[in-house]
Amino acid sequence: MKSKVNYEIAFTHILTRKKLTLVAAAGVTIGIALYIFANSIVSGVDSYSKINMFKTIPHLAIHVEDKLSEPLTDSLNGNLVLISNPKIITTKNTINNPYELMGAISTFSFVKNVAPQVNVDLFYNVGKSQMKGTASGIKVEAADAMFDITSTMKAGDLQGLSSDLNGIIVGSGIAKKLNLQLNDNITVISSFGVTKVLKVVGIFSTDNQQVDESKSYINLSTAQQLIQESSSSVTDIYVQLSNPDSSAFYAQQVEKITEYQVDDWQITNADQLAQSKMTGMMTPLISFSIMLVAAFGIYNIINMTISQKMNDIAILKANGFKGKDIITIFLSEAFVMGFVGTFLGVTIGAVMVHLAKGIYVGPPIGYFPIQFDPGIFISGIIFGLVVALGAGYFPARKASKVDPVEIFRR
Amino acid sequence: MNREVILETQNLNKFFYEPVKFQVLKDITFKVEKGEFVTIIGKSGCGKSTLLYCLSTMDTDYQGELYINSQQTPNMQKDHLAQLRGESIGFVFQFHYLLPEFTCLKNVMIPALKLGKYSPGEIEDRAYEKLKMLGIAEQAQKQASKLSGGQQQRVAIARALINDPAIIMGDEPTGNLDSKNTQIVLEIFEQLSQEFNQSIIAVTHDNNFARASDRTIEMEDGRIISHDKAL
Repeated sequence: MKSKVNYEIAFTHILTRKKLTLVAAAGVTIGIALYIFANSIVSGVDSYSKINMFKTIPHLAIHVEDKLSEPLTDSLNGNLVLISNPKIITTKNTINNPYELMGAISTFSFVKNVAPQVNVDLFYNVGKSQMKGTASGIKVEAADAMFDITSTMKAGDLQGLSSDLNGIIVGSGIAKKLNLQLNDNITVISSFGVTKVLKVVGIFSTDNQQVDESKSYINLSTAQQLIQESSSSVTDIYVQLSNPDSSAFYAQQVEKITEYQVDDWQITNADQLAQSKMTGMMTPLISFSIMLVAAFGIYNIINMTISQKMNDIAILKANGFKGKDIITIFLSEAFVMGFVGTFLGVTIGAVMVHLAKGIYVGPPIGYFPIQFDPGIFISGIIFGLVVALGAGYFPARKASKVDPVEIFRR
Repeated sequence: MNREVILETQNLNKFFYEPVKFQVLKDITFKVEKGEFVTIIGKSGCGKSTLLYCLSTMDTDYQGELYINSQQTPNMQKDHLAQLRGESIGFVFQFHYLLPEFTCLKNVMIPALKLGKYSPGEIEDRAYEKLKMLGIAEQAQKQASKLSGGQQQRVAIARALINDPAIIMGDEPTGNLDSKNTQIVLEIFEQLSQEFNQSIIAVTHDNNFARASDRTIEMEDGRIISHDKAL
């Protein structure tokens, strides 16, 4: 009951100067709306590029690491210097007992999918034209579950691969350069010198030119023949995680149960990660500057109110109002400005995001990559209120220190 | 007649340091009894207003002792002093200092709402009572800024009375009023001290006003030169 009168005074001040309140709130509104819009774009673009990236890159890849030869003896106490010539001594780059390892990996709770793959370096030949590239020998079901290859298909059908052992699905870049159409034949020569004639059963297109001009999918068994390995041989095991952002930690877990090299995408794609981190740092900086301007709006208006209300502050203090009561009064005014501004800002921000979502940018992106992220809205609300209270606190504290005698004696 | 002492000072000294060191109050020692109507007169610059603000507890920058209601005030915290003012002292200034956005009634109610001794409903009734006593009950719902000067000053007095303070302090309370309104305020003050046993300490220039009080203290150059000046 005692402190209610503080709020009563604050609200009366606000209601009798609605325009000023709205001006101060408008600064926060613009700030919060831009904050939400900018961050939603960053978040949308980020997740779009990640989804796109994970159509060709696995979260974790397990493969045989090339080993270097080691000298037979070490340098002897530094007295004798041994010069050796290390060489790669890996003779076999297939994983032993891959299906047992895959079984073990799939028991981890953080693993969503596990898929075997045999990657073959080869040449695509059609007549006299030749292109080099890599064919990925896949198990259709498992690979599709992991990379969603179906969504990248431009012609033909992924299932065509499982029904035709000698089928091949080529990237759109290869198809264009070698003038390939569905059901055309293509000769492939692997780096092991094995030649095979395959039939094009599909054409895919990721939005990555480099991939489209080199990659093709073939059956796992065809790939094994191309590298002259038995039907149980696999060069890579790909793992899809339920939470790819913690891939480094999960990679360590998987490393514990295998002797092979485990690469996580954050290391193999550090450049892309760095880029998304950079934009992630820039947006808060920009939003912070916007909010600073909004904060000055509130600061100015509270400051102005206080200098106009010096008499009121003096008489309130004479009548038993304490310093903290005066702070409460002006801080609540700043809070109301911040609250109104934040509420409008969040609303406008949401409308802007919704409108942007409907903008069709055209292929390959499709609709504008922007997304509703509740985290951004929550942080926007907190940000707006904190900024308003911070901007109100300094003038309010100044008001609490007004010496009433100085006012009465003027 | 030996009445209870409500306010007492002992050897109160105060200095101004700007622009040069200057002693405004010199060894002020006096008592005010309960229900006493005291006026302080003196020429401009004699320190009478400065003294009043020291007594009001709003100015704490002095040496010496000040007892209000037998409480020693100079060592109290600012918040504690604010509480003491709310409970025990009502103020009337030359200017009314009403909050312009509020109704007269609300202006009167605010100090009581802050003190929180009564419920808001009771406070409203009491505020009406005070306004009625001052003859301006019909203005209660008007904005404070829409009243005449005399009416505003009466609302300000009602505000000073709302918590039934033991002491009412006035700094030239009739300074801005015409003779008719001055007479009204004077009658109110007499009534307060006689009927309600409230002490009044008022600084004034107006000899007629001082003449109506129980006792007039005269100051000169920071000293009290007469504790009961005959006018």
